Amino acid sequence: MAQGSTIGQVAPTVAPRSTAALPALLKDAALFALVTLGLAIPVVAYRTDLGQGTGLVLTGRWGLVASLCLAIFVLRLAQRLVLAEVSRRRDARILAGVAAPPVAVRPARILGPLTLAIALTLPFLAAFGSGGLSEGRYWIDLGILILTYVMLGWGLNIVVGLAGLLDLGYVAFYAVGAYSYALLSTVFGLSFWICLPLSGLFAAAFGILLGFPVLRLRGDYLAIVTLAFGEIIRLVLINWTDFSGGSAGVSSIPRVNFFGVPFAAGEGGFAALFGLSFNPMHRVVFLYYLILVLALITNLVTLRMRRLPLGRAWEALREDEIACRSLGIDTTITKLTAFALGAMFAGFAGSFFAVRQGFVSPESFNFLESAIILAIVVLGGMGSQIGVAIAAIAMVGAPELLRNLGFLRAVFGEGFDPNEYRLLLFGLAMVGMMVWRPRGLISERTPSVRLAGRKS
Amino acid sequence: MTLATIQDAPPAAVSGGPDDAVLIVDHLTMRFGGLTAVGDVSFKVGRGDITALIGPNGAGKTTVFNCITGFYKPTEGMIRLRQADGATYMLERLPGHDVNRVARVARTFQNIRLFPQMTVLENLLVAMHKPLMRASGFSLAGILGLSGYRKAEAAAIDKAAAWIARIGLTHRADEPAGDLPYGDQRRLEIARAMCTDPVLLCLDEPAAGLNPRESGELNTLLRLIRDEFDTSVLLIEHDMSVVMKISDRIVVLDYGIKIADGTPEQIRTDTRVIAAYLGVDDEEVAAVEAEVGLTGASA
Amino acid sequence: MEFFAQQFINGLTLGSIYGLIALGYTMVFGIIGMVNFAHGDVFMLSSFIALICFLILTTWLGLTSVALVFLIVLILAMVLTALWGWAIERVAYRPLRGSFRLAPLISAIGVSIFLSNFVQVVQGARNKPVPPLVREVFVLFQNEQYTVTLSYKQAIIMTTTAALLAGFWYLVQRTSFGRAQRACEQDRRMAALLGINVDRTISLTFVLGAALAAVAGTLYLLYYGVVSFSDGFVPGVKAFTAAVLGGIGSLPGAVLGGLIIGLIETFWSAYFSIEYKDVAAFLILIVVLIFKPSGILGRPEVEKV
Repeated sequence: MAQGSTIGQVAPTVAPRSTAALPALLKDAALFALVTLGLAIPVVAYRTDLGQGTGLVLTGRWGLVASLCLAIFVLRLAQRLVLAEVSRRRDARILAGVAAPPVAVRPARILGPLTLAIALTLPFLAAFGSGGLSEGRYWIDLGILILTYVMLGWGLNIVVGLAGLLDLGYVAFYAVGAYSYALLSTVFGLSFWICLPLSGLFAAAFGILLGFPVLRLRGDYLAIVTLAFGEIIRLVLINWTDFSGGSAGVSSIPRVNFFGVPFAAGEGGFAALFGLSFNPMHRVVFLYYLILVLALITNLVTLRMRRLPLGRAWEALREDEIACRSLGIDTTITKLTAFALGAMFAGFAGSFFAVRQGFVSPESFNFLESAIILAIVVLGGMGSQIGVAIAAIAMVGAPELLRNLGFLRAVFGEGFDPNEYRLLLFGLAMVGMMVWRPRGLISERTPSVRLAGRKS
Repeated sequence: MTLATIQDAPPAAVSGGPDDAVLIVDHLTMRFGGLTAVGDVSFKVGRGDITALIGPNGAGKTTVFNCITGFYKPTEGMIRLRQADGATYMLERLPGHDVNRVARVARTFQNIRLFPQMTVLENLLVAMHKPLMRASGFSLAGILGLSGYRKAEAAAIDKAAAWIARIGLTHRADEPAGDLPYGDQRRLEIARAMCTDPVLLCLDEPAAGLNPRESGELNTLLRLIRDEFDTSVLLIEHDMSVVMKISDRIVVLDYGIKIADGTPEQIRTDTRVIAAYLGVDDEEVAAVEAEVGLTGASA
Repeated sequence: MEFFAQQFINGLTLGSIYGLIALGYTMVFGIIGMVNFAHGDVFMLSSFIALICFLILTTWLGLTSVALVFLIVLILAMVLTALWGWAIERVAYRPLRGSFRLAPLISAIGVSIFLSNFVQVVQGARNKPVPPLVREVFVLFQNEQYTVTLSYKQAIIMTTTAALLAGFWYLVQRTSFGRAQRACEQDRRMAALLGINVDRTISLTFVLGAALAAVAGTLYLLYYGVVSFSDGFVPGVKAFTAAVLGGIGSLPGAVLGGLIIGLIETFWSAYFSIEYKDVAAFLILIVVLIFKPSGILGRPEVEKV
């Protein structure tokens, strides 16, 4: 089994050397369209629906099939033409002896601070933009949703991006965190500020418990085992009704307070304490800043860890486990620390999820959720912090925004909901990324330490 | 320290060889299923020496290496490592990573195993994992940015920089190791192994695939290690010109069995070695006899 | 005892289906060393293909012969699913050879997500029931309390599985394709040097795996009479468990593992608790991977340094 083991040795995707003749390109595109036709024949061409009575009714949709084939034909043709042009230009450049054009300005430099600035001021921007705090609620809620995924993405990035361990059950730790707060607060009446660290610790403990036996396994086995673990946690939450409330979940979870001061109207409330007039939006804005701070802590810890020996050992482990062992690094312990740290941040995020929703149920923690978080990490470019943030915005935020765009409905019909296509596109994007840009959209790795420019 | 540590080592069962041995391989046997890759091999590596392990392809050299460096658990036999202060470790009983961490045996690989995306400097820092981990308080002190760690890191970087200078890569220290030419990667891998402060350095075919210039640079590096550091070297090599030039002692394996053990001069004239190592093709024997400087001798 | 016998028959039926899916996992793993995560969804897709073919044949063309309908549906599903298998390999896996370690697996997860949502988008999220094709049963044993039966459906499933396995076995052991495939499993580079078209062999492996999954999909539809877009995930993981249990890379192992998983699941549901039957399968997966990753019939892996 010959396989290059490193990202650095990615073979370039097929690029025809010479500009292919147009008839050949047309033939190729036609072949693609033909295959598409074959693939589409039963599942797209006929839709099954429950009719009156019990039987299924078939509806033909050959128009859809035809447009699909046409779209593939055009796309393939365009792709081949572009590829041919790109390789022609590259060859011309090589022949002319010109070096490759300098890489464009590193986007991380500008994007990072810009994104941070927007994130810090979002509630104000939303309030001004919509003409009032309550009117801006939609934007703040969307911000909270995106930031939750940013935090989860950053947490998983420690495991997948830095340590190179593919964890398909990450959502299990998110669930542990959420249920920790849900149960500790409803059963024992513990406050959120005590439960938050506890949730992280519980999740980390679960991470160690699972990680200890399985982290010895090779990459893809580890992925499947973590997936199985995630499913077990979910199934136990569904079936162990006495403990977790079963599929009904846990409800009336206490809401967040301002370090002991409730967000309530009247005496002793947050508004009264600070001399503001009561507004239910205070709680939402507070939640927004809470998740922002949690996410930024995750980011800072990750950035710090990268510069510490343990973080360097994670990256080394991702590159070559055998070499690590020969250098005296205990690979199991090192993997375990990455796994536990990632799990801990998922635990924090989980308890935030519970306090925000006021309700948790097992259905929030299915495999799809793990897959979405993984997709964010993969698309962001494994290991890149800003890439993950941008991928989270694109994948969670964009479909939400698209849903509200009127013209899409005008084009695609009244029942059009971009969210339906979201996962479809996630899947395609994951494949596309692996094929074209396996190291992510923003793929530059910054060294954790430099020799040049150091005072000696 | 552990079961594997013995202060008073029993008298060596292996006779002959250097008196002050750093590594004693004692009746080592390794079987994979029904196949005996290494059968009852014993030899010693003298302290401060460069010892070469040679033999035809498939003779079991790399298997011996993998047993010594903890990647395989031998079926039978003992491998003892004696540090200068007398502490002795039974390598076959140590967990894989402790062979380096505790017993301080470092190795390189036949097909180079660097961390290709990490820079040259980072590669060397990873090798100093153990002291840096301790200094960073297992990351707790490090994450808080305490000054003790910063001092330790600066010292580690100085040490790494010195090694980078020795292998002549200062101008490329911040580039990914995977971008270096082959010969530089080989020397970087050796420098990385040296950063773990080994008592014994095991090199698996360090000259393979090198051009004559790179081969020369490698020889210089190996001599420097022998002369300036308290590190003994055990190496597998096919390139006879390298072996004969730099080895103090040579051990020859064939079909998993040791057939000779001695100084380069002794090996040069050993008829069994010539027959086994070169097969029985007369022309080839003559060619290699000429190469090792043995003309006129016959089996 | 009667109850046990009945459960045994049910378990073997379920196990046959798992075994057919498991073969696809094990063949792909054997030849390119990757876990084809999307295989479960290919199985689900094939079930939909079979469903639509079945509806066209019965409601539009008015075929009434059960045997004929079953045969045509089976063949159509195999051919059309095989095309999907071929296309997936070509688009999502082939360009990744020589990429980094996790790339094929991540791509496979992408394909898996794509397939299940593709089917959801084009066919809707609701369960799709079909009227039972065959209702008859053989009565094997009868007393006052209990009757042990083997339904025609179960008989069809077991005989189809057995027949296809025999044909498949012949293909892998006796034909030049089989030899090429086994050669690629042992050493892809050497096989290429000996003039074997490695790309084509890998493509054919995916095609075969998908065709077997289509058999499983058709039988699944026949047995349960209902399918939904999310039905690929759990049977997929269980079939993978079967492949690992039997020893991944080993063809008889995959079938054996499938039968064992089918039996364990059936008995677990019958004697312990039906709620935790999936947990049982997942636990077996974890335990086998931790303690005996080479499975029952697989060869242990020697780490290459």
